[in-house]
Amino acid sequence: MRRRPGRLLGAGSVLLLGLAGCGDGGAGTQREWQSSASGDITVFAAASLTEAFKEIEQAFEEANPGADLQFNFAGSSTLSRQINQGAPADVFASASPKQMQKVVDADNAGGDPTVFVANKLQIVVPEGNPANVTGLADLGKQELDIALCAEEVPCGDLSQTVFEAAGITPSPDTLEQDVKAVLTKVTLGETDAGLVYRTDVAAADEAEVDGIDLPAAVEAVNEYPIVTLAEAPNAETGQAFVDYVLSDEGKAVLEDYGFGTDVG
Amino acid sequence: MTTTQARATPARPQARSRRSRARRAGGLPAVLVLPALAGLAFLIVPLAGLIVAAPWPTLLERLADPAVLGALRLSLVAASAATVVCLVCGVPLAWVLARSELPGMRVVRALVTVPLVLPPVVGGVALLLVLGRNGLIGQYLEAWFGFSLPFTTAGVIVAEAFVAMPFLVISVDGALRGADRRYEEAAATLGASRWLTFRRVTLPLVAPGIAAGAVLCWARALGEFGATITFAGNFPGETQTMPLAVYLALQTDPDAAIVLSLVLFAVSVMVLASLRDKWISPNAA
Repeated sequence: MRRRPGRLLGAGSVLLLGLAGCGDGGAGTQREWQSSASGDITVFAAASLTEAFKEIEQAFEEANPGADLQFNFAGSSTLSRQINQGAPADVFASASPKQMQKVVDADNAGGDPTVFVANKLQIVVPEGNPANVTGLADLGKQELDIALCAEEVPCGDLSQTVFEAAGITPSPDTLEQDVKAVLTKVTLGETDAGLVYRTDVAAADEAEVDGIDLPAAVEAVNEYPIVTLAEAPNAETGQAFVDYVLSDEGKAVLEDYGFGTDVG
Repeated sequence: MTTTQARATPARPQARSRRSRARRAGGLPAVLVLPALAGLAFLIVPLAGLIVAAPWPTLLERLADPAVLGALRLSLVAASAATVVCLVCGVPLAWVLARSELPGMRVVRALVTVPLVLPPVVGGVALLLVLGRNGLIGQYLEAWFGFSLPFTTAGVIVAEAFVAMPFLVISVDGALRGADRRYEEAAATLGASRWLTFRRVTLPLVAPGIAAGAVLCWARALGEFGATITFAGNFPGETQTMPLAVYLALQTDPDAAIVLSLVLFAVSVMVLASLRDKWISPNAA
């Protein structure tokens, strides 16, 4: 919806260039005549990318003055569902290969997805660590209040892998609907510990929470794939954005926010 | 409500109901019927969408899942308990709002609607800040009684009652203000105490309003999502009500989410339909 005025403008410029706008093959003809990165694009991105992508947006728009990025940040499963139901988007950056696969399986990906960052889980505790949580084993203690992601969402899926690798049965008091909700419970001191992405801890207020790294042996890595979409109204600029995210400049920003870029 | 009053007051309201019957006989004007039909379709068509999309062949199998029954039971128990809490506190609150002549009642009435205006998730955060383990009041509950509301069924009831109470209060307040106060005055002149008057005259007079408010309140509590998941969390058997189960199912298994929604819908319609016949006069239903 938001992108519509841009699309009209795009169509208008095509007409001005003297192309007979017959309507068929619109995207193909447009691609030839547009400069590589201009116009509006809509990026559907996992919620955990919010802070990093907003910074990348500024740099990208400075480098491409004609381009305007619009973001839709949400849980990856929500985004893949929206895309497969025809939501108009140019780029999909997923926090879960599984959700990306759903888009690929529905023939909605415009090419092969590229893994651009990896994220790891970290134990998060309220500032000062009132319950003296030291490691993963504490998350199996009945007497502590523990928040985890529900296994239906990617961070919960990953948490389960970690617990299985460590041979620990977790004792959660709540299974939250997304990773930010886990962080909220810990930030407010309602739970003694939680399991979130290290990027969430990096983005949180240092005065409110502390992160504890997991032992390397059980560490599970979550890969983030990115792709332009088959029905992208502005595939050219979408690809330019993907290229920017994969460039050294893009990687530097993502690293600042705690992502690992040594992937693929 | 009109019908109860018609029975209670002999002369005037009967004339009114005769007039309305006469109007009904004349047929409804199209200018009302068309938007009414549009409104009805607007409310019902999304439901039809659910029914069409439902995975009918596997429906029974999915329903037999103990997790579904657990969430359904918890939903019904919590919504009913929340309704009781709302009745116990909400009816007296509505009475104070309707009958008190203290200045500032307008402000109090506006404050009662705060949970209606507040996005439920914000309501949940507010409850955490007050009743959570580190909350203004919650920290004393924890320190003195070793008792904490978040992540318990009691927390679910608190969250639902917080969101649903305004529906009851507004409804009962309206009924009280619409009720004929001469009955209360007559009871008082005949020597009835205030409490006796309230119990034997005021309450029966506004009973339909209380019933309607309780139904709204129960329905709202049953569908509550945001405040519950924020304040009480989500744990199967303890705090996972149907709407929470629906939301999580939607992440991985949309068909299961549709089944859960239909169950919640069917059960609430059954409960509301049966209560309507019992509580509210048949004419009102």
